[in-house]
Amino acid sequence: MTELFIRLIRRPQGLVGVALLALIAVTCLFGPALAPYAPEKIDFLGRFRSPGWHNWLGADEFGRDILSRLMVGARSTVPMALIATLAGSAVGAIVGVGSAYLGGRIDEAIMRTNDAVMAIPGLLMALLLVSTLGNGAGNAVIAIAIAFAPGMARVTRSVALNIRNQDYVKAAIARGEGATWIIFREMLPNVMAPIVIESTIRVSFAVMLFATLSFLGVGAQPPASEWGLMVADARQYMYQAPWGLIAPSAAIALTAIAFNLLGDGLRDALNPRDER
Amino acid sequence: MSLAWFARRLLLMIYTVVVVSMLVFAITQILPADAAQSLLGENATPEMLAALRAKLGLGDPAWQQYLHWAGRIFSGDFGISMRTSRPVGPDMLTALSRSLLLAVASIVVTLIVAVPLGVIAALRQGRLADTGVSLIAYLGVSLPEFVTATLLALLLADTLHWLPATGYVSPLENFGDGISHLALPVLTISVILIAHVMRMMRSETLDVLRSDYIRAARLKGLPERSVLFRHALRNALLPVVTIIALDVGYLLGGIIVIEEIFAIPGIGRALMVAITARDLPSIQAGALIMAATYAVTNTLADLAYAVLDPRIRYD
Repeated sequence: MTELFIRLIRRPQGLVGVALLALIAVTCLFGPALAPYAPEKIDFLGRFRSPGWHNWLGADEFGRDILSRLMVGARSTVPMALIATLAGSAVGAIVGVGSAYLGGRIDEAIMRTNDAVMAIPGLLMALLLVSTLGNGAGNAVIAIAIAFAPGMARVTRSVALNIRNQDYVKAAIARGEGATWIIFREMLPNVMAPIVIESTIRVSFAVMLFATLSFLGVGAQPPASEWGLMVADARQYMYQAPWGLIAPSAAIALTAIAFNLLGDGLRDALNPRDER
Repeated sequence: MSLAWFARRLLLMIYTVVVVSMLVFAITQILPADAAQSLLGENATPEMLAALRAKLGLGDPAWQQYLHWAGRIFSGDFGISMRTSRPVGPDMLTALSRSLLLAVASIVVTLIVAVPLGVIAALRQGRLADTGVSLIAYLGVSLPEFVTATLLALLLADTLHWLPATGYVSPLENFGDGISHLALPVLTISVILIAHVMRMMRSETLDVLRSDYIRAARLKGLPERSVLFRHALRNALLPVVTIIALDVGYLLGGIIVIEEIFAIPGIGRALMVAITARDLPSIQAGALIMAATYAVTNTLADLAYAVLDPRIRYD
Protein backbone atom coordinates (compact mmCIF):
# COMPACT_ATOMS: atom_id res chain seq x y z
CA MET A 1 0.00 0.00 0.00
CA THR A 2 2.77 2.44 0.97
CA GLU A 3 4.78 1.33 -2.04
CA LEU A 4 1.79 1.98 -4.30
CA PHE A 5 1.35 5.45 -2.83
CA ILE A 6 5.00 6.31 -3.42
CA ARG A 7 4.75 5.11 -7.02
CA LEU A 8 1.60 7.18 -7.38
CA ILE A 9 3.06 10.48 -6.19
CA ARG A 10 6.33 9.99 -8.06
CA ARG A 11 4.55 10.93 -11.29
CA PRO A 12 3.52 14.56 -11.69
CA GLN A 13 -0.12 13.77 -12.48
CA GLY A 14 -0.44 11.50 -9.46
CA LEU A 15 1.16 14.09 -7.20
CA VAL A 16 -1.06 16.93 -8.44
CA GLY A 17 -4.13 14.68 -8.15
CA VAL A 18 -3.32 13.69 -4.57
CA ALA A 19 -2.55 17.29 -3.57
CA LEU A 20 -5.80 18.62 -5.06
CA LEU A 21 -7.79 15.85 -3.41
CA ALA A 22 -6.20 16.58 -0.04
CA LEU A 23 -7.29 20.21 -0.45
CA ILE A 24 -10.82 19.12 -1.38
CA ALA A 25 -11.00 16.71 1.55
CA VAL A 26 -9.92 19.41 4.01
CA THR A 27 -12.56 21.75 2.55
CA CYS A 28 -15.26 19.09 2.88
CA LEU A 29 -14.29 18.30 6.49
CA PHE A 30 -13.55 21.76 7.86
CA GLY A 31 -15.12 24.07 5.23
CA PRO A 32 -17.77 25.63 7.50
CA ALA A 33 -15.21 26.23 10.27
CA LEU A 34 -12.60 27.75 7.92
CA ALA A 35 -14.96 29.89 5.83
CA PRO A 36 -14.43 33.62 6.49
CA TYR A 37 -18.20 34.38 6.56
CA ALA A 38 -21.43 32.50 7.13
CA PRO A 39 -22.56 31.28 3.69
CA GLU A 40 -26.06 32.75 4.08
CA LYS A 41 -24.93 36.11 5.49
CA ILE A 42 -26.66 38.77 3.40
CA ASP A 43 -24.93 42.13 2.90
CA PHE A 44 -26.90 44.53 0.72
CA LEU A 45 -24.12 47.09 0.63
CA GLY A 46 -21.75 44.46 -0.74
CA ARG A 47 -23.93 43.22 -3.64
CA PHE A 48 -21.78 42.11 -6.60
CA ARG A 49 -18.64 43.26 -4.82
CA SER A 50 -15.69 42.34 -7.02
CA PRO A 51 -12.95 40.04 -5.73
CA GLY A 52 -10.64 41.82 -3.33
CA TRP A 53 -9.72 42.26 0.32
CA HIS A 54 -13.29 42.06 1.61
CA ASN A 55 -14.47 39.06 -0.39
CA TRP A 56 -11.53 37.17 -1.85
CA LEU A 57 -13.63 35.68 -4.65
CA GLY A 58 -16.24 38.46 -4.72
CA ALA A 59 -19.85 38.53 -3.59
CA ASP A 60 -23.11 37.44 -5.23
CA GLU A 61 -26.45 39.18 -5.82
CA PHE A 62 -27.24 39.17 -2.08
CA GLY A 63 -23.75 40.23 -1.07
CA ARG A 64 -23.02 36.71 0.17
CA ASP A 65 -19.33 35.81 0.18
CA ILE A 66 -18.63 33.47 -2.73
CA LEU A 67 -15.55 31.84 -1.18
CA SER A 68 -17.51 30.95 1.96
CA ARG A 69 -20.37 29.55 -0.12
CA LEU A 70 -17.93 27.46 -2.15
CA MET A 71 -16.22 26.10 0.95
CA VAL A 72 -19.49 25.14 2.61
CA GLY A 73 -20.94 23.95 -0.70
CA ALA A 74 -18.14 21.40 -1.13
CA ARG A 75 -20.06 19.28 1.39
CA SER A 76 -23.20 19.22 -0.69
CA THR A 77 -21.30 18.38 -3.90
CA VAL A 78 -18.29 16.09 -3.46
CA PRO A 79 -19.60 13.53 -0.90
CA MET A 80 -22.79 13.16 -2.98
CA ALA A 81 -20.73 12.27 -6.05
CA LEU A 82 -18.64 9.82 -3.99
CA ILE A 83 -21.68 8.06 -2.54
CA ALA A 84 -23.34 7.82 -5.96
CA THR A 85 -20.20 6.36 -7.53
CA LEU A 86 -19.65 3.89 -4.68
CA ALA A 87 -23.23 2.63 -4.84
CA GLY A 88 -23.23 2.43 -8.64
CA SER A 89 -19.85 0.67 -8.68
CA ALA A 90 -20.91 -1.85 -6.03
CA VAL A 91 -24.07 -2.80 -7.91
CA GLY A 92 -22.26 -2.87 -11.26
CA ALA A 93 -19.37 -4.94 -9.88
CA ILE A 94 -21.70 -7.57 -8.41
CA VAL A 95 -23.70 -7.83 -11.64
CA GLY A 96 -20.49 -8.00 -13.71
CA VAL A 97 -18.80 -10.66 -11.58
CA GLY A 98 -22.05 -12.62 -11.25
CA SER A 99 -22.52 -12.59 -15.01
CA ALA A 100 -18.95 -13.77 -15.61
CA TYR A 101 -19.38 -16.52 -12.99
CA LEU A 102 -22.61 -17.82 -14.50
CA GLY A 103 -21.09 -17.72 -17.99
CA GLY A 104 -22.49 -19.12 -21.22
CA ARG A 105 -25.93 -18.14 -22.39
CA ILE A 106 -26.94 -16.51 -19.11
CA ASP A 107 -23.86 -14.29 -19.26
CA GLU A 108 -24.68 -13.45 -22.87
CA ALA A 109 -28.29 -12.55 -21.98
CA ILE A 110 -27.27 -10.41 -18.99
CA MET A 111 -24.62 -8.51 -20.95
CA ARG A 112 -26.85 -7.91 -23.98
CA THR A 113 -29.53 -6.49 -21.70
CA ASN A 114 -26.89 -4.48 -19.89
CA ASP A 115 -25.69 -3.03 -23.22
CA ALA A 116 -29.27 -2.21 -24.12
CA VAL A 117 -29.75 -0.30 -20.88
CA MET A 118 -26.60 1.65 -21.72
CA ALA A 119 -28.34 2.96 -24.85
CA ILE A 120 -30.05 5.43 -22.52
CA PRO A 121 -27.52 8.25 -21.99
CA GLY A 122 -26.52 8.72 -18.33
CA LEU A 123 -27.97 12.20 -18.00
CA LEU A 124 -31.26 11.14 -19.62
CA MET A 125 -31.53 8.12 -17.31
CA ALA A 126 -30.81 10.28 -14.27
CA LEU A 127 -33.36 12.91 -15.38
CA LEU A 128 -36.07 10.28 -15.94
CA LEU A 129 -35.44 8.73 -12.53
CA VAL A 130 -35.36 12.07 -10.69
CA SER A 131 -38.54 13.23 -12.42
CA THR A 132 -40.22 10.08 -11.11
CA LEU A 133 -38.65 9.96 -7.63
CA GLY A 134 -38.98 13.70 -7.07
CA ASN A 135 -36.43 16.53 -7.09
CA GLY A 136 -33.74 16.64 -4.43
CA ALA A 137 -30.13 15.80 -3.66
CA GLY A 138 -30.85 12.32 -2.25
CA ASN A 139 -32.87 11.22 -5.25
CA ALA A 140 -30.24 12.66 -7.58
CA VAL A 141 -27.64 10.44 -5.87
CA ILE A 142 -29.84 7.35 -6.35
CA ALA A 143 -30.42 8.29 -9.99
CA ILE A 144 -26.70 8.73 -10.70
CA ALA A 145 -25.88 5.43 -8.98
CA ILE A 146 -28.42 3.59 -11.15
CA ALA A 147 -27.20 5.37 -14.29
CA PHE A 148 -23.60 4.33 -13.51
CA ALA A 149 -24.21 0.65 -12.71
CA PRO A 150 -24.41 -0.77 -16.27
CA GLY A 151 -21.10 0.82 -17.31
CA MET A 152 -19.37 -0.61 -14.24
CA ALA A 153 -20.96 -4.00 -14.87
CA ARG A 154 -19.49 -4.10 -18.37
CA VAL A 155 -15.99 -3.13 -17.20
CA THR A 156 -16.02 -5.58 -14.28
CA ARG A 157 -17.35 -8.44 -16.35
CA SER A 158 -14.56 -8.15 -18.91
CA VAL A 159 -11.96 -8.44 -16.12
CA ALA A 160 -13.88 -11.13 -14.25
CA LEU A 161 -14.03 -13.37 -17.33
CA ASN A 162 -10.26 -13.91 -17.05
CA ILE A 163 -10.51 -14.53 -13.30
CA ARG A 164 -13.26 -17.09 -13.92
CA ASN A 165 -10.74 -19.34 -15.70
CA GLN A 166 -8.09 -19.14 -12.97
CA ASP A 167 -7.25 -22.30 -11.11
CA TYR A 168 -8.30 -21.03 -7.70
CA VAL A 169 -11.83 -20.36 -8.94
CA LYS A 170 -11.99 -23.79 -10.57
CA ALA A 171 -10.73 -25.27 -7.30
CA ALA A 172 -13.46 -23.48 -5.36
CA ILE A 173 -16.09 -24.82 -7.76
CA ALA A 174 -14.58 -28.31 -7.52
CA ARG A 175 -14.71 -28.34 -3.74
CA GLY A 176 -18.37 -27.43 -3.97
CA GLU A 177 -18.46 -23.85 -2.75
CA GLY A 178 -21.70 -21.98 -3.30
CA ALA A 179 -22.15 -19.26 -5.91
CA THR A 180 -22.28 -16.47 -3.32
CA TRP A 181 -18.98 -17.57 -1.77
CA ILE A 182 -17.23 -17.80 -5.14
CA ILE A 183 -18.56 -14.45 -6.36
CA PHE A 184 -17.86 -12.50 -3.16
CA ARG A 185 -14.83 -14.26 -1.65
CA GLU A 186 -12.94 -15.63 -4.65
CA MET A 187 -13.70 -13.41 -7.64
CA LEU A 188 -14.61 -9.93 -6.34
CA PRO A 189 -11.37 -9.32 -4.37
CA ASN A 190 -9.37 -10.11 -7.50
CA VAL A 191 -11.16 -7.64 -9.76
CA MET A 192 -10.82 -4.82 -7.22
CA ALA A 193 -7.88 -3.00 -8.84
CA PRO A 194 -9.52 -2.26 -12.21
CA ILE A 195 -12.78 -1.42 -10.44
CA VAL A 196 -11.02 1.10 -8.19
CA ILE A 197 -9.32 2.78 -11.18
CA GLU A 198 -12.55 2.94 -13.17
CA SER A 199 -14.55 4.21 -10.17
CA THR A 200 -12.02 6.93 -9.40
CA ILE A 201 -12.32 8.30 -12.93
CA ARG A 202 -16.09 7.99 -12.71
CA VAL A 203 -16.25 10.15 -9.58
CA SER A 204 -15.34 13.08 -11.82
CA PHE A 205 -18.32 12.25 -14.06
CA ALA A 206 -20.50 11.95 -10.98
CA VAL A 207 -19.39 15.39 -9.77
CA MET A 208 -20.28 16.84 -13.16
CA LEU A 209 -23.56 14.92 -13.44
CA PHE A 210 -24.65 15.91 -9.95
CA ALA A 211 -23.80 19.57 -10.61
CA THR A 212 -25.66 19.35 -13.93
CA LEU A 213 -28.79 17.97 -12.26
CA SER A 214 -28.64 20.77 -9.68
CA PHE A 215 -28.05 23.27 -12.47
CA LEU A 216 -31.18 22.02 -14.24
CA GLY A 217 -33.10 22.48 -10.99
CA VAL A 218 -33.78 18.82 -10.16
CA GLY A 219 -30.82 18.05 -7.87
CA ALA A 220 -29.81 19.99 -4.75
CA GLN A 221 -32.35 22.69 -3.92
CA PRO A 222 -31.79 26.32 -2.81
CA PRO A 223 -30.58 27.71 -0.44
CA ALA A 224 -27.90 24.98 -0.54
CA SER A 225 -24.67 26.37 -1.96
CA GLU A 226 -24.16 23.33 -4.19
CA TRP A 227 -21.74 24.34 -6.96
CA GLY A 228 -23.99 23.60 -9.95
CA LEU A 229 -26.76 25.55 -8.25
CA MET A 230 -24.37 28.48 -7.71
CA VAL A 231 -23.58 28.53 -11.45
CA ALA A 232 -27.30 28.49 -12.27
CA ASP A 233 -27.92 31.46 -9.92
CA ALA A 234 -24.93 33.42 -11.19
CA ARG A 235 -25.93 33.02 -14.83
CA GLN A 236 -28.60 35.70 -14.48
CA TYR A 237 -26.00 38.21 -13.38
CA MET A 238 -23.05 36.99 -15.40
CA TYR A 239 -22.47 40.33 -17.07
CA GLN A 240 -22.42 42.31 -13.79
CA ALA A 241 -20.56 39.72 -11.78
CA PRO A 242 -18.72 37.10 -13.87
CA TRP A 243 -16.76 35.98 -10.78
CA GLY A 244 -19.97 34.49 -9.39
CA LEU A 245 -19.92 32.18 -12.39
CA ILE A 246 -16.21 31.52 -12.71
CA ALA A 247 -15.52 30.54 -9.08
CA PRO A 248 -17.95 27.58 -8.80
CA SER A 249 -17.14 26.52 -12.39
CA ALA A 250 -13.46 26.37 -11.44
CA ALA A 251 -14.31 24.40 -8.29
CA ILE A 252 -16.24 21.79 -10.31
CA ALA A 253 -13.48 21.59 -12.91
CA LEU A 254 -10.71 21.26 -10.30
CA THR A 255 -12.57 18.47 -8.51
CA ALA A 256 -13.20 16.62 -11.76
CA ILE A 257 -9.56 17.08 -12.81
CA ALA A 258 -8.34 15.86 -9.40
CA PHE A 259 -10.24 12.58 -9.67
CA ASN A 260 -9.25 12.16 -13.32
CA LEU A 261 -5.57 12.67 -12.43
CA LEU A 262 -5.80 10.27 -9.50
CA GLY A 263 -7.47 7.63 -11.66
CA ASP A 264 -4.84 7.95 -14.40
CA GLY A 265 -2.07 8.02 -11.78
CA LEU A 266 -3.44 4.86 -10.15
CA ARG A 267 -3.59 3.10 -13.50
CA ASP A 268 0.06 3.98 -14.17
CA ALA A 269 1.10 2.97 -10.66
CA LEU A 270 -0.65 -0.39 -10.93
CA ASN A 271 0.55 -1.15 -14.49
CA PRO A 272 4.05 0.34 -14.60
CA ARG A 273 4.81 -1.06 -18.06
CA ASP A 274 2.09 0.78 -19.95
CA GLU A 275 3.71 4.06 -20.89
CA ARG A 276 0.66 5.67 -22.43
CA MET B 1 -20.59 -9.30 -45.35
CA SER B 2 -22.12 -12.47 -44.10
CA LEU B 3 -25.86 -12.42 -43.86
CA ALA B 4 -25.91 -14.15 -40.48
CA TRP B 5 -23.67 -11.49 -38.96
CA PHE B 6 -25.87 -8.76 -40.40
CA ALA B 7 -29.08 -10.39 -39.13
CA ARG B 8 -27.57 -10.86 -35.68
CA ARG B 9 -26.56 -7.21 -35.48
CA LEU B 10 -30.06 -6.14 -36.54
CA LEU B 11 -31.68 -8.40 -33.95
CA LEU B 12 -29.48 -6.89 -31.26
CA MET B 13 -30.64 -3.42 -32.27
CA ILE B 14 -34.29 -4.43 -32.05
CA TYR B 15 -33.66 -6.07 -28.67
CA THR B 16 -32.03 -2.85 -27.45
CA VAL B 17 -35.00 -0.76 -28.50
CA VAL B 18 -37.42 -3.17 -26.81
CA VAL B 19 -35.45 -3.17 -23.53
CA VAL B 20 -35.19 0.62 -23.63
CA SER B 21 -38.93 0.99 -24.23
CA MET B 22 -39.66 -1.30 -21.26
CA LEU B 23 -37.34 0.72 -19.04
CA VAL B 24 -38.73 4.07 -20.12
CA PHE B 25 -42.26 2.83 -19.57
CA ALA B 26 -41.44 1.28 -16.20
CA ILE B 27 -39.70 4.39 -14.90
CA THR B 28 -42.32 6.85 -16.07
CA GLN B 29 -45.57 4.98 -15.59
CA ILE B 30 -45.16 1.90 -13.38
CA LEU B 31 -42.64 3.14 -10.79
CA PRO B 32 -44.69 6.11 -9.52
CA ALA B 33 -47.14 4.88 -6.89
CA ASP B 34 -49.93 6.78 -8.62
CA ALA B 35 -48.97 8.15 -12.02
CA ALA B 36 -52.30 10.00 -12.29
CA GLN B 37 -51.69 11.86 -9.05
CA SER B 38 -48.14 12.82 -9.97
CA LEU B 39 -49.34 13.98 -13.40
CA LEU B 40 -52.18 16.16 -12.19
CA GLY B 41 -50.52 17.47 -9.03
CA GLU B 42 -52.04 18.09 -5.65
CA ASN B 43 -55.00 20.17 -6.81
CA ALA B 44 -56.65 17.37 -8.79
CA THR B 45 -60.24 16.49 -7.95
CA PRO B 46 -61.10 12.79 -7.42
CA GLU B 47 -63.16 12.83 -10.64
CA MET B 48 -60.19 14.11 -12.68
CA LEU B 49 -57.95 11.46 -11.12
CA ALA B 50 -60.41 8.67 -11.85
CA ALA B 51 -60.84 9.83 -15.45
CA LEU B 52 -57.09 9.97 -16.07
CA ARG B 53 -56.50 6.59 -14.41
CA ALA B 54 -59.10 5.06 -16.69
CA LYS B 55 -57.56 6.80 -19.71
CA LEU B 56 -54.05 5.56 -18.90
CA GLY B 57 -55.39 2.13 -17.99
CA LEU B 58 -53.63 2.33 -14.60
CA GLY B 59 -55.91 -0.35 -13.14
CA ASP B 60 -54.55 -3.00 -15.53
CA PRO B 61 -51.55 -5.20 -14.75
CA ALA B 62 -48.20 -3.65 -15.70
CA TRP B 63 -47.47 -5.95 -18.66
CA GLN B 64 -50.90 -5.25 -20.14
CA GLN B 65 -50.36 -1.51 -19.83
CA TYR B 66 -46.96 -1.89 -21.50
CA LEU B 67 -48.23 -3.97 -24.42
CA HIS B 68 -51.04 -1.53 -25.00
CA TRP B 69 -48.61 1.40 -24.93
CA ALA B 70 -45.94 -0.31 -27.06
CA GLY B 71 -48.59 -1.30 -29.61
CA ARG B 72 -49.64 2.31 -29.98
CA ILE B 73 -46.02 3.51 -30.29
CA PHE B 74 -45.28 0.79 -32.84
CA SER B 75 -48.09 2.03 -35.06
CA GLY B 76 -46.56 5.51 -34.88
CA ASP B 77 -48.98 7.00 -32.36
CA PHE B 78 -47.03 8.68 -29.54
CA GLY B 79 -50.18 10.09 -27.91
CA ILE B 80 -51.40 13.61 -27.25
CA SER B 81 -49.27 16.08 -25.29
CA MET B 82 -50.83 16.99 -21.94
CA ARG B 83 -49.29 20.44 -22.18
CA THR B 84 -50.12 21.53 -25.71
CA SER B 85 -52.93 19.05 -26.55
CA ARG B 86 -51.19 18.41 -29.86
CA PRO B 87 -50.00 15.02 -31.16
CA VAL B 88 -46.56 14.32 -29.66
CA GLY B 89 -45.02 12.43 -32.60
CA PRO B 90 -44.81 15.18 -35.27
CA ASP B 91 -43.65 17.81 -32.74
CA MET B 92 -40.89 15.51 -31.43
CA LEU B 93 -39.69 14.69 -34.93
CA THR B 94 -39.45 18.40 -35.82
CA ALA B 95 -37.46 18.93 -32.63
CA LEU B 96 -35.27 15.92 -33.46
CA SER B 97 -34.41 17.35 -36.88
CA ARG B 98 -33.06 20.53 -35.22
CA SER B 99 -31.02 18.48 -32.76
CA LEU B 100 -29.62 16.33 -35.56
CA LEU B 101 -28.46 19.47 -37.37
CA LEU B 102 -26.69 20.53 -34.18
CA ALA B 103 -25.18 17.07 -33.68
CA VAL B 104 -23.95 16.61 -37.24
CA ALA B 105 -22.40 20.09 -37.33
CA SER B 106 -20.61 19.37 -34.04
CA ILE B 107 -19.26 16.04 -35.26
CA VAL B 108 -17.95 17.64 -38.47
CA VAL B 109 -16.19 20.41 -36.53
CA THR B 110 -14.80 17.81 -34.11
CA LEU B 111 -13.32 15.65 -36.86
CA ILE B 112 -11.75 18.62 -38.64
CA VAL B 113 -10.03 19.81 -35.46
CA ALA B 114 -9.41 16.67 -33.40
CA VAL B 115 -7.90 14.29 -35.95
CA PRO B 116 -4.96 16.52 -37.00
CA LEU B 117 -4.32 17.61 -33.39
CA GLY B 118 -4.28 14.01 -32.16
CA VAL B 119 -1.84 12.97 -34.88
CA ILE B 120 0.42 15.96 -34.17
CA ALA B 121 0.43 15.10 -30.46
CA ALA B 122 1.40 11.51 -31.26
CA LEU B 123 4.20 12.56 -33.64
CA ARG B 124 5.64 14.93 -31.07
CA GLN B 125 5.13 12.58 -28.13
CA GLY B 126 6.45 14.02 -24.88
CA ARG B 127 7.24 17.42 -26.35
CA LEU B 128 5.53 20.78 -25.88
CA ALA B 129 2.80 20.30 -28.51
CA ASP B 130 1.91 16.92 -26.99
CA THR B 131 1.74 18.30 -23.45
CA GLY B 132 -0.36 21.24 -24.65
CA VAL B 133 -2.82 18.99 -26.45
CA SER B 134 -3.06 16.66 -23.43
CA LEU B 135 -3.71 19.54 -21.05
CA ILE B 136 -6.48 20.95 -23.25
CA ALA B 137 -7.98 17.47 -23.53
CA TYR B 138 -7.94 17.12 -19.74
CA LEU B 139 -9.68 20.44 -19.30
CA GLY B 140 -12.24 19.57 -21.98
CA VAL B 141 -13.34 16.36 -20.27
CA SER B 142 -13.28 17.91 -16.79
CA LEU B 143 -15.75 20.72 -17.49
CA PRO B 144 -19.46 19.85 -17.49
CA GLU B 145 -21.36 21.07 -20.58
CA PHE B 146 -23.26 23.71 -18.64
CA VAL B 147 -20.00 25.28 -17.46
CA THR B 148 -18.37 25.25 -20.91
CA ALA B 149 -21.56 26.64 -22.44
CA THR B 150 -21.91 29.42 -19.88
CA LEU B 151 -18.25 30.43 -20.02
CA LEU B 152 -18.23 30.49 -23.84
CA ALA B 153 -21.43 32.56 -23.85
CA LEU B 154 -19.88 34.93 -21.31
CA LEU B 155 -16.82 35.39 -23.50
CA LEU B 156 -18.15 35.32 -27.08
CA ALA B 157 -21.66 36.74 -26.64
CA ASP B 158 -21.70 38.98 -23.57
CA THR B 159 -18.16 40.37 -23.58
CA LEU B 160 -17.03 40.35 -27.22
CA HIS B 161 -20.55 40.48 -28.80
CA TRP B 162 -19.42 38.27 -31.67
CA LEU B 163 -22.33 35.84 -31.50
CA PRO B 164 -25.95 35.89 -30.34
CA ALA B 165 -26.28 34.37 -26.84
CA THR B 166 -29.48 32.35 -27.26
CA GLY B 167 -32.23 31.49 -29.69
CA TYR B 168 -32.71 29.49 -32.85
CA VAL B 169 -33.15 30.58 -36.45
CA SER B 170 -33.58 27.90 -39.09
CA PRO B 171 -30.60 28.00 -41.48
CA LEU B 172 -33.12 27.16 -44.25
CA GLU B 173 -34.91 30.46 -43.70
CA ASN B 174 -31.96 32.73 -43.02
CA PHE B 175 -28.65 31.02 -43.58
CA GLY B 176 -26.30 33.58 -42.02
CA ASP B 177 -28.47 34.17 -38.97
CA GLY B 178 -29.09 30.46 -38.57
CA ILE B 179 -25.37 29.65 -38.59
CA SER B 180 -24.49 32.41 -36.13
CA HIS B 181 -27.16 31.13 -33.73
CA LEU B 182 -25.83 27.60 -34.05
CA ALA B 183 -22.20 28.63 -33.57
CA LEU B 184 -22.11 28.76 -29.76
CA PRO B 185 -23.90 25.45 -29.13
CA VAL B 186 -21.82 23.70 -31.79
CA LEU B 187 -18.65 25.14 -30.28
CA THR B 188 -19.62 23.94 -26.79
CA ILE B 189 -20.36 20.38 -27.87
CA SER B 190 -17.25 20.31 -30.04
CA VAL B 191 -14.93 21.37 -27.20
CA ILE B 192 -15.87 18.25 -25.25
CA LEU B 193 -15.96 15.88 -28.22
CA ILE B 194 -12.64 17.23 -29.49
CA ALA B 195 -11.02 16.46 -26.15
CA HIS B 196 -12.28 12.91 -26.38
CA VAL B 197 -11.48 12.17 -30.02
CA MET B 198 -8.08 13.86 -29.75
CA ARG B 199 -7.02 11.59 -26.89
CA MET B 200 -8.13 8.48 -28.77
CA MET B 201 -6.53 9.63 -32.01
CA ARG B 202 -3.25 10.22 -30.20
CA SER B 203 -3.09 6.79 -28.58
CA GLU B 204 -4.25 5.02 -31.77
CA THR B 205 -1.57 6.77 -33.84
CA LEU B 206 1.06 5.88 -31.24
CA ASP B 207 -0.04 2.23 -31.37
CA VAL B 208 0.03 2.09 -35.14
CA LEU B 209 3.40 3.85 -35.40
CA ARG B 210 4.91 1.15 -33.15
CA SER B 211 3.54 -1.70 -35.27
CA ASP B 212 5.60 -4.01 -37.42
CA TYR B 213 4.16 -2.99 -40.73
CA ILE B 214 5.10 0.63 -40.16
CA ARG B 215 8.62 -0.48 -39.34
CA ALA B 216 8.57 -2.56 -42.53
CA ALA B 217 7.38 0.43 -44.54
CA ARG B 218 10.19 2.55 -43.12
CA LEU B 219 12.82 -0.15 -43.67
CA LYS B 220 11.60 -0.44 -47.25
CA GLY B 221 12.79 3.17 -47.56
CA LEU B 222 9.42 4.80 -48.11
CA PRO B 223 9.44 8.55 -47.51
CA GLU B 224 8.10 9.46 -44.05
CA ARG B 225 5.14 11.31 -45.54
CA SER B 226 3.99 8.26 -47.43
CA VAL B 227 4.46 6.07 -44.32
CA LEU B 228 2.33 8.45 -42.31
CA PHE B 229 -0.49 9.18 -44.71
CA ARG B 230 -0.80 5.96 -46.71
CA HIS B 231 -0.01 3.40 -44.02
CA ALA B 232 -0.41 4.79 -40.51
CA LEU B 233 -3.34 7.19 -40.76
CA ARG B 234 -5.62 4.78 -42.59
CA ASN B 235 -5.44 2.34 -39.73
CA ALA B 236 -5.41 4.87 -36.93
CA LEU B 237 -8.61 6.44 -38.31
CA LEU B 238 -10.63 3.21 -38.15
CA PRO B 239 -11.44 3.23 -34.41
CA VAL B 240 -12.56 6.85 -34.69
CA VAL B 241 -15.75 5.53 -36.31
CA THR B 242 -16.54 3.56 -33.16
CA ILE B 243 -15.57 6.39 -30.85
CA ILE B 244 -17.83 8.85 -32.65
CA ALA B 245 -20.69 6.36 -32.44
CA LEU B 246 -20.15 5.89 -28.70
CA ASP B 247 -19.90 9.64 -28.29
CA VAL B 248 -23.37 9.97 -29.81
CA GLY B 249 -24.65 8.64 -26.50
CA TYR B 250 -22.75 11.34 -24.71
CA LEU B 251 -23.89 13.87 -27.31
CA LEU B 252 -27.55 13.03 -26.71
CA GLY B 253 -27.16 13.65 -22.99
CA GLY B 254 -25.16 16.83 -23.54
CA ILE B 255 -27.73 18.14 -25.98
CA ILE B 256 -30.35 18.24 -23.22
CA VAL B 257 -28.27 20.75 -21.25
CA ILE B 258 -26.98 22.72 -24.23
CA GLU B 259 -30.36 23.20 -25.87
CA GLU B 260 -31.75 24.29 -22.52
CA ILE B 261 -29.00 26.89 -22.06
CA PHE B 262 -29.05 28.27 -25.61
CA ALA B 263 -32.84 28.05 -25.98
CA ILE B 264 -32.75 25.79 -29.04
CA PRO B 265 -36.12 24.07 -29.62
CA GLY B 266 -34.59 20.62 -30.21
CA ILE B 267 -35.48 17.28 -28.67
CA GLY B 268 -33.38 17.86 -25.53
CA ARG B 269 -35.23 21.04 -24.68
CA ALA B 270 -38.56 19.42 -25.58
CA LEU B 271 -37.70 16.70 -23.06
CA MET B 272 -36.75 19.18 -20.34
CA VAL B 273 -39.98 21.13 -20.90
CA ALA B 274 -41.93 17.87 -20.76
CA ILE B 275 -40.23 16.82 -17.51
CA THR B 276 -40.94 20.19 -15.88
CA ALA B 277 -44.57 20.08 -17.00
CA ARG B 278 -44.94 16.35 -16.11
CA ASP B 279 -46.14 15.77 -19.67
CA LEU B 280 -45.99 11.96 -19.65
CA PRO B 281 -46.51 11.16 -23.37
CA SER B 282 -43.88 13.73 -24.35
CA ILE B 283 -41.36 12.42 -21.79
CA GLN B 284 -41.86 8.86 -23.02
CA ALA B 285 -41.61 9.82 -26.68
CA GLY B 286 -38.56 12.04 -26.16
CA ALA B 287 -36.64 9.45 -24.13
CA LEU B 288 -37.55 6.65 -26.52
CA ILE B 289 -36.54 8.62 -29.63
CA MET B 290 -33.21 9.58 -28.06
CA ALA B 291 -32.29 6.04 -27.01
CA ALA B 292 -33.46 4.62 -30.34
CA THR B 293 -31.26 7.16 -32.15
CA TYR B 294 -28.31 5.89 -30.13
CA ALA B 295 -29.09 2.24 -30.89
CA VAL B 296 -29.46 2.92 -34.62
CA THR B 297 -26.26 5.00 -34.77
CA ASN B 298 -24.26 2.27 -33.06
CA THR B 299 -25.58 -0.38 -35.41
CA LEU B 300 -24.69 1.80 -38.40
CA ALA B 301 -21.20 2.35 -36.95
CA ASP B 302 -20.72 -1.40 -36.53
CA LEU B 303 -21.78 -1.95 -40.12
CA ALA B 304 -19.47 0.81 -41.35
CA TYR B 305 -16.63 -0.69 -39.33
CA ALA B 306 -17.26 -4.12 -40.81
CA VAL B 307 -17.18 -2.66 -44.33
CA LEU B 308 -13.94 -0.79 -43.62
CA ASP B 309 -12.22 -3.60 -41.74
CA PRO B 310 -13.16 -7.07 -43.02
CA ARG B 311 -11.37 -8.84 -40.13
CA ILE B 312 -14.09 -7.82 -37.69
CA ARG B 313 -16.68 -10.10 -39.27
CA TYR B 314 -14.79 -13.29 -38.48
CA ASP B 315 -14.70 -12.66 -34.75
